[in-house]
Amino acid sequence: MIGQLIVEGLAIGACYGLLAIGVVIIYKTSEVVNFAQGEMAMFSTFIAYHILLHYHYPFWLAFILTMVFAILLGMFIEFAFLRPAKEPTALGLIVLTLGAEMLLMGLAGWKWGAEQKAFEIPMSFSVTHEPIKGVIISDWAIGVFVTAAILMTLLYLFFKYTRVGVAMKATQQNKNAAKIMGVRVERMFSLAWGLSSFMGAIAAMFFASRATLDPNFMMEPFLRAFAAAVLGGLMSIPGVLIGGGLLGLIENFFGYVWPEWKPIVAFLVIVLVLCVRPSGLFAKHYVKKV
Amino acid sequence: MDMKREYYEDIELIGSGVVLFWSAAFLILLFTLPLYTPSYYIYLLNIIIVNVILAVGLNILVGYTGQISLGHAGFFAIGAYATVFLMTHFQVPFIFALPLAAFIAAFFGFILGLPALRLEGPYLAIATLGFGLAIMHVIGTWDIFGGRMGLHAPPLDLGIPKAGFSWVLESDVSMYYLILIIAIIMIVIAINLMKTRIGRAFVAIRDSDIAAEVMGVNLTIYKTLAFAISAFYAGIAGGLFAFVCGFFDPFTFNMILSIIFLVMVVVGGLGSILGAIMGATLITYLQYDLLKNVAEAPYVGDFLIAVSRKWFTVIGLENFGSIALGLIMIGIIIFEPLGMYGIWIRIKKYWMTWPF
Repeated sequence: MIGQLIVEGLAIGACYGLLAIGVVIIYKTSEVVNFAQGEMAMFSTFIAYHILLHYHYPFWLAFILTMVFAILLGMFIEFAFLRPAKEPTALGLIVLTLGAEMLLMGLAGWKWGAEQKAFEIPMSFSVTHEPIKGVIISDWAIGVFVTAAILMTLLYLFFKYTRVGVAMKATQQNKNAAKIMGVRVERMFSLAWGLSSFMGAIAAMFFASRATLDPNFMMEPFLRAFAAAVLGGLMSIPGVLIGGGLLGLIENFFGYVWPEWKPIVAFLVIVLVLCVRPSGLFAKHYVKKV
Repeated sequence: MDMKREYYEDIELIGSGVVLFWSAAFLILLFTLPLYTPSYYIYLLNIIIVNVILAVGLNILVGYTGQISLGHAGFFAIGAYATVFLMTHFQVPFIFALPLAAFIAAFFGFILGLPALRLEGPYLAIATLGFGLAIMHVIGTWDIFGGRMGLHAPPLDLGIPKAGFSWVLESDVSMYYLILIIAIIMIVIAINLMKTRIGRAFVAIRDSDIAAEVMGVNLTIYKTLAFAISAFYAGIAGGLFAFVCGFFDPFTFNMILSIIFLVMVVVGGLGSILGAIMGATLITYLQYDLLKNVAEAPYVGDFLIAVSRKWFTVIGLENFGSIALGLIMIGIIIFEPLGMYGIWIRIKKYWMTWPF
């Protein structure tokens, strides 16, 4: 039973982690906390649903089209909403992304209605294996682990070996210095939004196939992913994945003991962790200078 | 124009004869409003004034102290549930139950203020957001609070029923006067509070908390105090909201409500009580009246239905409110970060310096 809980918790935690990596990429690059992350992913998943339902394309073609759409959506939001805002405050940025969230949620509700829909991916939740006795692992969980591993490797290679990745890292470290070195910082912001929207869309497809698809379905996962990002410290990508895993484990074990309190345990853990380490577990505490 | 030449001029409640005249005129208008408005709009007015109380309180926290709260629906819920719970289970009369509920909310505000001492920006946002969700979940799980079925508000009795003296308010109009008087008291308190030592300490914390600490402002006391005062206002608003609606369930107080409260303050203008009042009025009106019935709105309604038929779904048009609110939030940050109060200041400046 315990092995089962661990596998389940790690799988769902990896999903939170994938979504949270998107939050972290944006936060590191442009110091914006993207509250629209979940809804951007939700909207992309609806696009995949629409393509599958109305055009009957095979899943992988729909998947690729959706990923292209997700990247464009992220870049569009940065370009249309964040770039025109002149020197916004921290609160202003939060309101801005919350506005984008409400906008996307409203648009999805207008287009596809509020009723719940089934969304299927090739990795089914109901096909299960039992490699070790007592540990049941579904295709879905295997899919999550493989995807997370592939994406982490790709991100590592991207930030280490490509020109764009290095430029983005430079932007994260020091905007002005990067600008002087010839990096187009605004483009890096757009790219970061596209990249994070892409990560979010993949996570959202996993969430949608586990539960159902409706305009509100990413709200809860996003809040948990955000909590995982805060737990990991909002600054380090591996830290966030560990944060997601931890959160998934805590939630799953707690949910097994006290099912009715499962939805809020994540936040209680976060508040407690933040009281001890105000900048999360894996980030150096940044002391403000006056 | 608005030059203050001495300290006493700065702390005056009413600055000039013009302000006095217009305030009095506006108050007379508010008190005679039920005579010439249809009864549905009285209900809408009640909700607007309740939200004004909350927005003024949230503005003390967000606008004056510079802390972020995404959990104010939680305090609002505490106010509503505590008032009704005290009245039905302990037979506390309304006039005591409401302040008591507000003090309970303030106590929770104080508790939430403690982690806020060490957190800022996104970290504070997630902590307050978690608080709001936790409150919603607790009241939804414990049967003693009606669980998911919700609660019905008892009759609104201003007297003390046990002493044989009762004065039940039944109509929306009588409730309107009660809420209006409470709102005026709360707003005057807020205006005065901002001119005292406490208010100046809040503003100092907003501008730079380290500098404020160096100047001798005790951050522990004043940050938790800001949360407690703000929660007190939300508690009063929640207690009144319970009676305006008559029925409420935990889902009424979801995260979207917290966001909408924040939007009221930001749209109205941060750090201005007039702004909070304007923002709460506009957003509540949009939310409860215009955007709810957008399909029947003149000119726009038919066009929207045609668009819905062609590209979207007609049944999904009810989500238009959320689209419009989202666009308002984005637009106000991009084009007018000071909110409606900023627009008002610009108009005032234009008139006072006119030919130039």
